[in-house]
Amino acid sequence: MDQTRRAWLGTMAMAPVVLGLAASAAGERRWQDIPPREQIRRRRLPNVPLVTHTGRHVRFYDDLIRDRKVVISFMYAHCEGICVPVTHNLVKVQRLLGDRVGRDLFFYSITLKPWQDTPAVLASYAEANHVGPGWSFLTGSRADCETLRRRLGFTDPDPKLDRDPKNHAGNVLYGNEPLMLWAACPGQSEPEWLVTEICSQVDRPVTAPA
Amino acid sequence: MPGAEPRWTRLRRAAFQARQEIIRARLTRREMLKLGLLTSAGTLAAISGLSDRASADGGGGCGTSPRTRSFVEPLPIMPMLPPVPLAALDPPPQREPNLAINPATGIEFEGRGRFNGKVRPGTDAFQFFDQYAPQQYFLTRMKETRVMISPDLPEQVLWGFDLGDSGPAITPGPTIVNRIGVPNLLRRVNLLPPEGQNGGFGIPSVSTHLHNFHSGSESDGGPCRYFERGQYFDYHRTMAFAGFDSTHPGQGDPNEMLSTLWYHDHRIGNTAQNVYKGLAGFHLDFDERDTGQEFTGFHLPSFPNFDIPLLLTDKVIDPDTGKVCFDLFNFDGILGDKFLVNGKIQPFLDVKKRRYRFRVLNVGPSRFYQLFLTDPKHPSTRLPFWVIANDGNLLPTPVQVESFTIGVAERMDIIVDFAKLPGNPSTLRLENRLVQEDGRGPNDELHAAGKGDQLLEFHVGEVVADGSVDPATQPHFLDLPSTNEAPRITRHFKFERGNGQWQINGRFANCDQIRFRVKRNTAERWILQNDSGGWQHPIHIHLEEFQILKLNGAVVKSGTVDRSRKDVVRLVHNGTAEVFLRFRDFRGDYPMHCHNVIHEDHAMMLIWAVDDVGDNKTEP
Repeated sequence: MDQTRRAWLGTMAMAPVVLGLAASAAGERRWQDIPPREQIRRRRLPNVPLVTHTGRHVRFYDDLIRDRKVVISFMYAHCEGICVPVTHNLVKVQRLLGDRVGRDLFFYSITLKPWQDTPAVLASYAEANHVGPGWSFLTGSRADCETLRRRLGFTDPDPKLDRDPKNHAGNVLYGNEPLMLWAACPGQSEPEWLVTEICSQVDRPVTAPA
Repeated sequence: MPGAEPRWTRLRRAAFQARQEIIRARLTRREMLKLGLLTSAGTLAAISGLSDRASADGGGGCGTSPRTRSFVEPLPIMPMLPPVPLAALDPPPQREPNLAINPATGIEFEGRGRFNGKVRPGTDAFQFFDQYAPQQYFLTRMKETRVMISPDLPEQVLWGFDLGDSGPAITPGPTIVNRIGVPNLLRRVNLLPPEGQNGGFGIPSVSTHLHNFHSGSESDGGPCRYFERGQYFDYHRTMAFAGFDSTHPGQGDPNEMLSTLWYHDHRIGNTAQNVYKGLAGFHLDFDERDTGQEFTGFHLPSFPNFDIPLLLTDKVIDPDTGKVCFDLFNFDGILGDKFLVNGKIQPFLDVKKRRYRFRVLNVGPSRFYQLFLTDPKHPSTRLPFWVIANDGNLLPTPVQVESFTIGVAERMDIIVDFAKLPGNPSTLRLENRLVQEDGRGPNDELHAAGKGDQLLEFHVGEVVADGSVDPATQPHFLDLPSTNEAPRITRHFKFERGNGQWQINGRFANCDQIRFRVKRNTAERWILQNDSGGWQHPIHIHLEEFQILKLNGAVVKSGTVDRSRKDVVRLVHNGTAEVFLRFRDFRGDYPMHCHNVIHEDHAMMLIWAVDDVGDNKTEP
């Protein structure tokens, strides 16, 4: 039975069929010592090149995420549905947070339609929504923006829904990268509650070291 | 398979079957690399859709767990948390929260009295504290712990609870055993490691809920009452049945006995990662009927030798590091490909040829199980057993079944008679045959017998004395409390998903919003409706357990397992549940939420409150 399975698996992998492999004992493998922060970076925070709405060329992890507290959402400029209330909400959140945005907390909105949203389009969007400093709208190659969407978890297991950009504009992700603290909540939550959720996640520790 | 099946579904099914084949073929990592099935990073190659999330998450998830052997280690049995003298609690417990500032931490000694991170002076004093003054005290400290979950994996650094003695913490936590009629106070101390030392997930800001106990909101361990490192939190238990200050003054309604409960982290927004990290354990209550001794009361198998809690979790192991991996960037639901019982991957249990009571608990995070007993030599043999309690609440009388379904947070107490199984098997397994491929829920298909997830193997030994009652004699346990009382109001709740956001009646979790108010000591009817498309949700309501009157339009028949007192109801695809609830004795705020903890953390929750007036919001 095992041989049949291996044969079938080998065929599926388009590799030569290997029969009669001797099963080696379990427990002989060596585990890699990868720091958890590094593992999160490798898996979920790709260092893809992006362009901000002010025309600055950046790398996602190196320039935007590393050592920072961040708030991340997805949008596209000509979105008439969900993006509008979420953006309006986040503008209120930004105001409630005051001048710390851009100082020790950074807002990023990544476009779901990079083929439409050039830096100039995103700049007009930011201006039209009265977005304050410390909030970057990001575009890039179609592949890189798609990689970011998938790696940051803004997906749907239903492929039909997954293809619809509107479905990915609802949630807001926030984190404290060096402390490996990440959480997300709906972008249409009340702005005061969003501030509470974001701060209680990223502004840590709250007690003196014991 | 039906020909009309979409290509995508076929691909996912093929990927799922391929993964199952690899597991069954027991290929080693080297063999898999040679076959081109594994990438050098240790994740399954994204060929022929082998990794079902390869396309969804761009390869960013935890990957596929490395191979581990099955049934090579015994099932751990969690020790009981011993009581401590009052003097062991320093500073001493008090009715009002201890809001004095601890100079060592710069914040209050006690976390009680905080709500949503802010101190609210004058709140959260224990209700009924003088009437039910503690006669027993418990202490446990939440700490990092190093454990082996499989001999084939390295040591894991998880979080757990100690035995109150400053010794190492354990996960699952110690089993807390309480007695009806003996009020108690339990102190939990947060000594978790500081931020940045969490091994990749877990937040050292916690709230420990006692699931299904009839608690005042200050002792409930709800989502908004989280406390911080260096703080303690005292929980008071009246150890009286529901109705003690209303319908049945004094000890409450004896038919409201709660037997199998569990405690778990409930911290808003972070419950999934903290429970996955290990912050959960059993809590059992006994009284003069469910005594824990088979020669007294209902004659149920004696605890702890023949009454064994089984805590089920499914996890993913990082194939690079061998460490438990929690994907912080999954907002749909997390399915593990390793099955742990009481903290070990696929253990075995030596049993005698007699009756046992097993208390099965599904800790999640997102999986539904349909559990069978399987004789591995004759998998097609049907092996019946008895359900005696649903969600830890004893039924009127045992119900014979060949399987049961259990969603996250549900409990099922079963009696297995190893002396009377057809074919007299010497080895049998607890097997999950429900097919589930993602966080949306099962699709109601079953694996063939013997081809499902093998959770636990029983090795049946010799015949020994058995003083426990034979469920076949149909012993009578507890009557179901009447649901004839006219509900004061019927409320409707829709559980939905929109733009990737989980919602109830179109709104989201918010500790600062009391969505509706229930009048104390009244009954209500709630209609819970799943409008979220292809998703299933186990819905949990705090304070008092409820009874399901109708499920998906049909009256729940007496003599079935669902005709019971429940605290979780599974809303299947487009399903509805009509439930009858009472809100007795306590005032305060409580949540209702999805117990797929990923959905819960992403806002499928609301807060309601009990007061002396109530409101008339029918779609709050």
